[in-house]
Amino acid sequence: MRHIIAVLLENESGALARVVGLFAQRGYNIDSLTVAQTEDPTLSRLTLVTRGDDQVIEQITKQLHKLIEVVKVSDISESAHIERELMMVKVKALGEQREEVKRNADIFRGQIIDVSPTTYTIQIVGTSEKLEAFLEALSGTQILETVRTGVSGISRGEKSLTA
Amino acid sequence: MNQKHQPELLSGGAMLIRALRDEGVEYVYGYPGGAVLHIYDALFQQSEVKHVLVRHEQAATHMADAYARASGRAGVVLVTSGPGATNAVTGIATAYMDSIPMVVICGQVMSHLIGDDAFQETDMLGISRPIVKHNMSVRRPEDIPAIIKKAFYIAQSGRPGPVVVDIPKDMTMPNQKFPYEYPTEVKLRSYNPNSKGHPGQIKRALATLLAAKRPVLYSGGGVILGKASEELTALAKRLNVPVTNTLMGLGAYPATDSQFIGMLGMHGTYEANQAMHHADVIFAVGARFDDRVTNATKKFCPNATIIHIDIDPASISKTISAHIPIVGLVKPVLQEMLNLLDKQGGAIDAAALGQWWQQINQWRDVHGARYEERRDVLKPQAVIEAVWRHTKGDAYVTSDVGQHQMFAAQYYKFDKPNRWINSGGLGTMGFGLPAAMGVKLHYPDAEVVCVTGEGSIQMNIQELSTCKQYGLGVKIINLNNGYLGMVKQWQDMNYDSRYSSSYMDSLPDFVKLAEAYGHVGIRVTHPDELDAALERAFAIKDKLVFLDIHVDPKEHVYPMQVPGGAMNEMFLSKTERT
Repeated sequence: MRHIIAVLLENESGALARVVGLFAQRGYNIDSLTVAQTEDPTLSRLTLVTRGDDQVIEQITKQLHKLIEVVKVSDISESAHIERELMMVKVKALGEQREEVKRNADIFRGQIIDVSPTTYTIQIVGTSEKLEAFLEALSGTQILETVRTGVSGISRGEKSLTA
Repeated sequence: MNQKHQPELLSGGAMLIRALRDEGVEYVYGYPGGAVLHIYDALFQQSEVKHVLVRHEQAATHMADAYARASGRAGVVLVTSGPGATNAVTGIATAYMDSIPMVVICGQVMSHLIGDDAFQETDMLGISRPIVKHNMSVRRPEDIPAIIKKAFYIAQSGRPGPVVVDIPKDMTMPNQKFPYEYPTEVKLRSYNPNSKGHPGQIKRALATLLAAKRPVLYSGGGVILGKASEELTALAKRLNVPVTNTLMGLGAYPATDSQFIGMLGMHGTYEANQAMHHADVIFAVGARFDDRVTNATKKFCPNATIIHIDIDPASISKTISAHIPIVGLVKPVLQEMLNLLDKQGGAIDAAALGQWWQQINQWRDVHGARYEERRDVLKPQAVIEAVWRHTKGDAYVTSDVGQHQMFAAQYYKFDKPNRWINSGGLGTMGFGLPAAMGVKLHYPDAEVVCVTGEGSIQMNIQELSTCKQYGLGVKIINLNNGYLGMVKQWQDMNYDSRYSSSYMDSLPDFVKLAEAYGHVGIRVTHPDELDAALERAFAIKDKLVFLDIHVDPKEHVYPMQVPGGAMNEMFLSKTERT
């Protein structure tokens, strides 16, 4: 099962290395990981996508909690939540392909954020699933480069993760 | 007149030593080097914190670790950057695996050189990260008192563990002074380790225990670390339940008591492993269902309801699912159970319990701890029993790792906690001698015995020199069988006795070696010599005595669980299995 785990941690050097190291040491998967400072500059928020059965996810959250610099841990995929990921795709865009790529980008509500005589760079935001679907839709096009931020997630409603 | 308290001005190095003093530290174990010279100079200029110079940094960590195991207070290590720090790694990992509180202070190159591959630079924060409870680096000298306070707090609270503090040399400059004040408390928003346990869960646990027909109390190192031996014993007595201890938990419940059914697990007693397998309620207290305890987890105790108390939530349901988890410090949780019993009364059904005890005693009679008694060759088990008699069961016993460790665990009956000191989790050969030194230094009047083998002892043999320098009269029981015994045992059982690198050819003459270091050496090669030799050794109070005891090289440790089997599937001797 895929889980999205949100972690609030002290914004200190070495704290991120501890989180990443934990996953390596204990053989847990990381599908994606994104981290940045929050509105409180002493805290960072990290969103981590991982896979495992219930027992593994329980261990992951417990082990994360044990790290001294981790303030809060929440498996936000356990309840209603929103997840978003941003992707930039640079594609070859020549002749008829230019129109085709543009149409696809529109359908997926993507934006073309850079244009050259031979390429387009498209920005697309959504769930990881949507990003995958967009890449599939581009299967007839030559993809030069993709870059993804990894998933960020937040709970719906009043539920919030604070220190 | 209101005279305002003026804090003293101290250098970073002096603040570090002062902080250790204010933390109540009596001894620091270490080895000097370039990056810690300012600190060593600060040590030299005071007399309250004493330094013990080891011969290898690994020994410093084991000394500190064993002091912590015996006293319950964090041990302190001081090493230089680079090789000094990396030599300490094995000892840090040893403490980590057994949840031992320790503060390790490592020198580091000057801050401006970090990352430049400077002389004796190594990323100790990176290296130690997976084997510490926490680690920290000093960025400003004035932070030293707060960082040391925090290090001790983290090391000693909750589930204890080692904490590494990395100090760049320029943080300890003698000419840069700062007002020194030692903080009285630490508060961390991200770390609140103390918990008394959920009252509802404690009630449920007690009700389940009282309704049991075949209960077993399985207790581990957490009871010793949590200083809860008294509560554990009281509860077990009150309910008349059988008690088994893990390797780390020996001594938490008195081994000579009739309710004690021995150690459990890979080399546990027949009765303990049988009782676990057939139990209907297992009450796990400060134990972590280690793979050396459970054998195959899928076959583990099929009919048992599992109650599990642990301060570390990550230890609960990690390998074996707990039906009634209680996250909390062992001591207050057990105390609460005793209070509930006082208030509401209650006992386990006497008829069922009587039947259960009958069954356990039958197991005990059939296959209890036993070995072949011989007149012509020394059995290692007989040596341990003799050591137990000669020390009246009241010694601190440290051990190395291997067959001798298991024999000591099986045959030295520990009646008190904190007396059995061994590397259970990491299984570190070379632990025993420095561990004995750490205990002897703090308890000079106590009998401190190191049970070792000719393989393990050679991993830190250089510490015989430290023993001489500090007059540490430990007694070394070297169970010399000429082989790496446990490796050989596995090769006998699984590799058709192909002794790949398990034979220790060209052993030194240990008696002469001990004498060369200024100690007493005694060799014992025949059962008839054993008692006299032990008598002589234990009569010598102020000197280290190295007893080189030649034991049966063919001996195996039994029982031994059958790999991949259930708790109760065991080899009982070379020819019998369950």
